[in-house]
Amino acid sequence: MRLGSTGGKSHLPSGFVLWAGGVLVVTMVITALFAPWLAPFDPNEQILEQRLEPPSRDHWLGMDELGRDVLSRLIVGARVSVGVGFSVVLLAGIFGAALGAVAGFFRGRIDTWIMRASDVFLAFPGILLAIALVAVLGPAIEHVVLALVVIGWVGYARLVRGQVLQIREEEFVLASRAAGTPASRILRDHVLPNVLPTLTVQASLGMAGAILAEAGLSFLGLGIQPPTPSWGAMINAGRGHLLDAPHLALFPGLAILLTVMGLNFLGDALVDAMNPRARKNLAGVSPEVAKTP
Amino acid sequence: MARYALRRIAQAIPIAFLVATLVFSLIHLIPGDPVEIMLGEGAQAADLEALRARLGLDKPLGEQYFSFLRGLVRGDLGNSIHYQRPVTELLLESYPATLELALASMLVALLLAVPLGLVAAANRDGILDHGSRLFALTGVSMPNFWLGPMLILAFSIHWNLFPVSGREGWSSLVLPAITLGTALSGLLTRMVRSSVVEELEKPYFRSARAKGLARNQALIRHALKNALIPVLTVVGLQFGALLTGAIITETIFSWPGLGRLLIQAIRLRDYPLVQGGILVIAVTYVLVNLATDLFYAVLDPRIRFRAD
Repeated sequence: MRLGSTGGKSHLPSGFVLWAGGVLVVTMVITALFAPWLAPFDPNEQILEQRLEPPSRDHWLGMDELGRDVLSRLIVGARVSVGVGFSVVLLAGIFGAALGAVAGFFRGRIDTWIMRASDVFLAFPGILLAIALVAVLGPAIEHVVLALVVIGWVGYARLVRGQVLQIREEEFVLASRAAGTPASRILRDHVLPNVLPTLTVQASLGMAGAILAEAGLSFLGLGIQPPTPSWGAMINAGRGHLLDAPHLALFPGLAILLTVMGLNFLGDALVDAMNPRARKNLAGVSPEVAKTP
Repeated sequence: MARYALRRIAQAIPIAFLVATLVFSLIHLIPGDPVEIMLGEGAQAADLEALRARLGLDKPLGEQYFSFLRGLVRGDLGNSIHYQRPVTELLLESYPATLELALASMLVALLLAVPLGLVAAANRDGILDHGSRLFALTGVSMPNFWLGPMLILAFSIHWNLFPVSGREGWSSLVLPAITLGTALSGLLTRMVRSSVVEELEKPYFRSARAKGLARNQALIRHALKNALIPVLTVVGLQFGALLTGAIITETIFSWPGLGRLLIQAIRLRDYPLVQGGILVIAVTYVLVNLATDLFYAVLDPRIRFRAD
């Protein structure tokens, strides 16, 4: 009977998941960084006589409904997706982690206020709040980032608070406080390095969620506006050509799937690597794993 | 139990109230004049004033807020600008379609997740376990706004098995339910797996096996039954998430539910309808979470005792 066995075999797939995730994410980041040099054509150049052309030797992923090169638009679109994902994670991470650290470290009334605020945000379905905010503020990239930061900070705040609550009782922190070290220095020197690994996992999963959410909003016409290429908007445009040019919806979707899979793989493998019991406790794909909005 | 239930309900009331306040403030977050945005740039001054008065936007903010809350209590969410009908009526018409889609998606998710999670747990660290992990991670990474069109391409256009869109008969429900349920099935597969694995390590399972009960029988009759209790909580909490996920799925399949109505209202800048749609989805979400908590407390007495 193999029940309870946690033999070496379990490390192999985690290694595979880590590598697969890493390769996908690095590829996507390099594509985003060097998009203008990697794109074979101008993503906005229209060659109307080549509208809806299927993939060919010249245009590997075909042409869209306005005669633009799909591959070039996908490559430049990576910039938007990765850029939005990165900005959201950075802003929500800094804001959420700071609030969580303050709440956990100082406890008392400030903790209660921050946690009650996070309860309200958790009670409100995230993507609905994002849709509502973008609907009233107007569709623009900065509004999408703002909306996703507004719904994203809670996860970081709760995570960091939990960690800080544990760390603040550790002897080295108690000793530091007894020696009169200011709170800001304790937070920076002792608390931050300890919560960083968990934050990294959350950031990886959070970025996957942000990329999916941005693409979802753009799909609904509430995100990035044309002519800027966005994967979600490309799928929406391709939906009208499923019959005559299915490649239009196919490729941007694959790009999103691979990017999000890469980030989720990475997050899942990091959970495993940091805590061998995590798979059992968090079920690997824990509720934090990014889900389709 | 009654004390726990009362406390949990008391917690939900301020949250519902805050949700309502947030929805009220939406129209005031619009940069510029909301009435001008609703009617477009070329609108006549008289029309602007008339709509402003009809929406009560010419009154002081405090008065607007209390009249919004009074309306809520009476179930009056105002009139839709585009449809020229009460918002409540439009929402009630769309509600059953969204509920039907969410329930069907939950069924799809459970039908996939329970067997996959069970098989993965029974073959821990084996090839089936890795396969189920791959399915789960792919499932949660799959954008439903891509899966939907791809399913239409394969099953409606290529094989002509299901209708492309609309809501006529069970066959029109299949593709939207798969589209919406796939991501959740990934999440639940891992939940079922880890929950069953935990049960397999408990003494009662080992005694059942030691007494000679066949492994599969012990798995299904004992371990799975116990393992499903924590999974049920996630099912409840995720049901709310399905309601919001339905916004995109309904748009893809022209499914006449709340989500499609909301997106149409946003496109038409019909803000009273936008407010109503968001409110109804958010309040349902809060209520489903409340019901899940109460249901879980009924199933697991430790929760209510701890809370008491």
